This record gives sequence, C-alpha cells and structure tokens, in this order.
Amino acid sequence: MSEPTNLLYRYRWWFFTALALVLFTLWTAEFQEAQTTAVLAATLRQSTPLVLGALCGILGERSGVINIGIEGQMLLSAFAGFLAASSSGDLLVGVATGVAVGMLMGAFLAFLSVSMQGDQIIAGTVLNISAMGITSFFFQQGRTLPSGKTSPIELGPLSDLPVLGRVFFSNRPLTYLTLLLVPVLWYGLFRTTWGLRTRAVGEHPSAAETVGVSVAGMRYLNLILGGGLAGLAGAYLSLESVGSFERLMTNGRGFVALAVMIFGRWNPVGAWGAALLFGYANAVQTQFQFRGWLTDDPQFVGMIPFVVTIVVVAGFVGRARPPAAIGQPYSRE
Amino acid sequence: MTLLRAAAVPLLSVVLAILVGGIIIELSGENALEAYRALYDGALANRKVFGRTLEKATPLVMGGLAVAFAFKAGLFNIGGQGQLVIGALFAAAVGYGVTGLPWIIHLPMALLVGGLAGAAWGMIPGLLKATRGAHEVITTIMLNFVAINLTDWLTANPWRQPGPITQTPRIEASAEIPRWGELPLGFGIAVAAALGCWYLLQRTTMGFEIRSVGLNPEAARYAGISVPKIVVLTMTISGFLAALGGAIETQGVVGRYEPGFNAGLGFNGITIALLARTHPIGVIPAALLVGAMEAGGSMMQFKADVQPEITEIIEALMLLFVATPVVVRWVLRRRETSDISVGAHWGDA
Repeated sequence: MSEPTNLLYRYRWWFFTALALVLFTLWTAEFQEAQTTAVLAATLRQSTPLVLGALCGILGERSGVINIGIEGQMLLSAFAGFLAASSSGDLLVGVATGVAVGMLMGAFLAFLSVSMQGDQIIAGTVLNISAMGITSFFFQQGRTLPSGKTSPIELGPLSDLPVLGRVFFSNRPLTYLTLLLVPVLWYGLFRTTWGLRTRAVGEHPSAAETVGVSVAGMRYLNLILGGGLAGLAGAYLSLESVGSFERLMTNGRGFVALAVMIFGRWNPVGAWGAALLFGYANAVQTQFQFRGWLTDDPQFVGMIPFVVTIVVVAGFVGRARPPAAIGQPYSRE
Repeated sequence: MTLLRAAAVPLLSVVLAILVGGIIIELSGENALEAYRALYDGALANRKVFGRTLEKATPLVMGGLAVAFAFKAGLFNIGGQGQLVIGALFAAAVGYGVTGLPWIIHLPMALLVGGLAGAAWGMIPGLLKATRGAHEVITTIMLNFVAINLTDWLTANPWRQPGPITQTPRIEASAEIPRWGELPLGFGIAVAAALGCWYLLQRTTMGFEIRSVGLNPEAARYAGISVPKIVVLTMTISGFLAALGGAIETQGVVGRYEPGFNAGLGFNGITIALLARTHPIGVIPAALLVGAMEAGGSMMQFKADVQPEITEIIEALMLLFVATPVVVRWVLRRRETSDISVGAHWGDA
C-alpha cells in the first residue's frame, strides 16, 4: 500500500470526526460566515492552553515521569506572569516570568520525583495544592494590565481569506507560537538524538543508562522544558486570553490536558488534534447560545468538556499504551 | 514507641510547616507570633471556638477518610469534592422534602441518602477503572466539575426555594443534627466512621482483600481476589465517606444546600490522609489540626491583619514535608520509605 493511502486509512476516524464537526458547525451556524468563524476561532483559542499543557505532559511521560501538577504549574505561571506584566507594564516580561515560573516548578517536580524518588502522583499534587495556596494568599483585587492583553497580528494577505483567514492568520502571538511548537516538538521527539534519548529513558531506563544516557539528567531536562510549556499556557490564560488573573482561573485545564495527551497517544501532533476536539467541546457553548439552546440551563452546557474527557479517557485509554517505565522512580542497581 | 515512630514524620512536618509559614508571614510584613496567637484564640481558646473547630474538622475527617481508604487499595480519589457536594445536596433534599417523620428516622435517613448518592457518584470512576482502565485521577477530577454543574442545576431548578436566592429550602428540624452545648455532635459521627473504617480494613476479609490489592494487585489476583470488584467496591465506599461528610455539613451546620458549598474541601482530604499516613484513626488528629487552622483563620485576619489564605500555604507545606521523606532523612538520620504508592499503576487496566 502506498504511503498516503495508508496515512488516510490510519487516520480515517480523525477525518470523519473533523468532517462531522465542520458540518455540525455549519448547520448550527445556519451557514452564516460570521458565526462559523466565531466558533472555529473559539475552538482554536480554547485549544491553545490544552495543547501546551498536553505537550508538557508528553515531555514528562515520554521520559517516564507522570506530571499531574500541570494544573498547578499553569495557575502559578498565570499568576506570576500577570503580576510581572502588571507591575513592569511589559507583556514580554510577563510571558518570560510565566515561563520561568513553570520551569522552576518543573525542576521542583523533578527534584521530588527523580532525586527524592517520591511518588510521582503525590509530587504533582503537592505542586497543585501549593499553587492554589500561593495564588490565593498573594492575590490582590483590582490589578490591571497597563498595556492591555496581547494584540492580534494579521499575517498579510492570508488574513483576508474567508473564514480561514480570521481563524488561523489573525491570531495573537502566543497562539502562533503554540501552532509552531507542535511540529517542532514532533520533530524533536521523533527525529533528533534528544527525542530518542527521551523516549529510551521512558521505555527502558536501565538500557538507556547502559549505553551512557543519564536517566536523571533526561528526566530533569524534560520536566523543566515541559514546565516552560505549562508556564506558557498559564501566561496565555492571564495575558492573552483573559487579560487579568482570577482565582483558580485554570479551571481544570491542566487535567483536561492529561486527557488530551492520552487521546493524542503521547504524540504532539495527535495531541493537537485532540486539543482541537476538546476546544470545540468548549467553543460549542457559543453555538448553543447562538441557537438559543439550553439557555435556561447553562450548567448542562458547562458539563460538556468534562463529560467528553471522561468518555474519551474511558473509551481510548485501554487501547493506548503509555511509555513503559512510567510512574516508577529509577535507581541504579 | 511504635506510635511515636509513626507520628514522628507528621509531627515534624507540621512543626516545619508552621515555622516556614511564620517566615512567610514575617516576609509579608506582619508579626508571625501575633498571627499564631490570634489563630489559637480563634480555634482553641474557649468552648465556643473549639466547637467551631470541631465543626470545621468534621467534613475534613470524612474527606481524609475517603482519600485514606482509597489509598489502601492503591487508588487515588481526588473526587472528594464532587462526592461531598452530591451528598450535601441529597441530604438537603431529603431534609426539606420529607416531612412529618420523627427525628429518629428522618435524621439518619437524610444522612444515608446523602451518603448513598455520593457512593453512586464514587462508583462511576471505580467502574470506569475496572472495566475500561480509565485512570481514576482524571475521571474523579472531571466528575468534580460535572457534580458542581449538576448540583448547581438541581439547586437552581427542581429543588430551588422560591425567591431571588439560588438555594434549597431549609431542612426540617427533625433532620438537623443537634449540638451538645457548644459542641457539634456531627463530629461524633465522623469519629465513629473513622473507627468503622479501621475495623473494616484491619479486622474483616474485605479489608484484607482491599489492602492486598493495594500492596500488590498481581499477587492479589493470583490469590484469587477479584481486583476489578475490589476497585469498584473501594471507590464506592470512598465516595460514601466523602458524601457523608457533606450530609453532616448540611444537617449539622449549614441547614440547606447553596452553590459554592465548601469549595476546596476535597483537596484538604488529600493533605489530611497523607498527614495521617493513611491510617483511619490518624485522620482524626490531622483533621483537627487543619480544622483549627480554618476556624482560626478569620480571627487571624481580624487581629493580626494576616490573610486567612496563609493557612492554605501552611497546609501545602505540611503536605510537601510529609510526602517527601527527604526532610525526615535529614533530621532523623534514618532511611524513611514512603508508605504510599499510587503512581506505579498509571495506565494499567
């Protein structure tokens, strides 16, 4: 069988799902361009923190460490990034602070789970609870961003395309960065020495150690890099999406990101597809409002992303295979 | 002596957390001694505030038990929050909806319905894990969000008290848990539940099976124990415990259900279970400690101008110290192994 047909066959369910969703969107939007654009753009917006969180999870799990603390990393980064941008007046400083805080928390997770050989789930929970405590304690009402949130950048003539132009080519900077990071990380994981070592450490650490790869070193590196990605997701939430910090504003996205990672089978491109699906589950709320469905019972619309997560995790995790050495602290014999 | 050895790590963690918390208070420009003094005044100084501490500690005992019980089977139930709100709402529904019963029937009936509703809610992640291999950490957290939406909807629609405020009507007096002077009797129910858990785990066949699955599922399977059955059963009981905490809160303290009920309690359960080193009886002092911090938090803000959220930071620090044996290795100079392992079976069916 030739390569393209094979690919088409392999990913047939993805294509069918995407097609069905696009048709559903068009139908619910009554084939109006503005409404269709709004839903698709909202899908992309909602998927951005999810795909960043999932990429963070992928780096950790591919090297053998479960990161259940993504939620906490996002939350503290969103907070720190907002605080930095708000007091310096510079959004770039804010984003950099958010990423740095995420990386610090990644290093801390590595310290707990790699150096201390603690239970990885507990270590992640420590991250989550600490972030919740710190952000509520230091939270100040009424802070604003003097510069406003990040502004959209139109990519020349591309942004004039109907529907697609508004959805893909007139976004804000962190959204572009995320769209760029997906193929970069895919290439890194599957086509570079770093990626091979990362995956080796996650599948068979003792074999990797035998050929001279430092298991602890790779796990530290990937948890710190992943922390940076989760930090970016946090900065996205407070500086690009909302434009302020609210208590517990991550609202479970760090956990949904784990489901996205599993659904995407620990593959950056797969995770992007999965994140779009989850983003759609969120964006569909605007569709419901547009059609006036369930407007009296918004709670049911609010449940959709979480129910979708449960269905997906229950339906696919059994068939998806995580990296073999996951969850186990590694010590040289 | 063995008790002292077992309590060494948690005690040390608590002391360290309070010290570091004090440093944070000082760094934020307030007086740490004054703050802790106010915390004591607001939590333990007299019968009235001590009653408040017991009141706060009650759902914490139940939340801690729920997490500790699941840990025994190697399961991590982060869904305590969702199970708690389900239990609290169903207890309120029975509490106001059923009328004309004597308290001796009405009170336990509301508690039981609340607990059973939460048991059913806890059973879902158990079933999903046992049949589909879905990890309970993800499903229980997702079910928390679903539960909050569901209870908000039920409170806003069928079970709403007519009027501008979204809440259920007040429960009948016959469903209220009485007080003994200043002291809430709901705490006694929580203590009884802790003793019941200890007995179930240590003295019954079912408890033995649960602990076997937690220690080594593979060996348990060879010994003829049905691991999926134990997973479902453990999650169901764990859900029951958390929901009973919610029911006691409704019937003993709040008197009705309103949205935003006790947000964040589920996570405290984790801290408490780990402080107690997953021992059902140890949950009681751990919950009293956290309950005292919560009861005294507002006094701390009033008298020492310290944000009550500092207690959340202290709780996080306690969890950090108790969960990472490093501190103990440094201080006690002995190799301390962690007695909890929930990460090793990630992705197992």
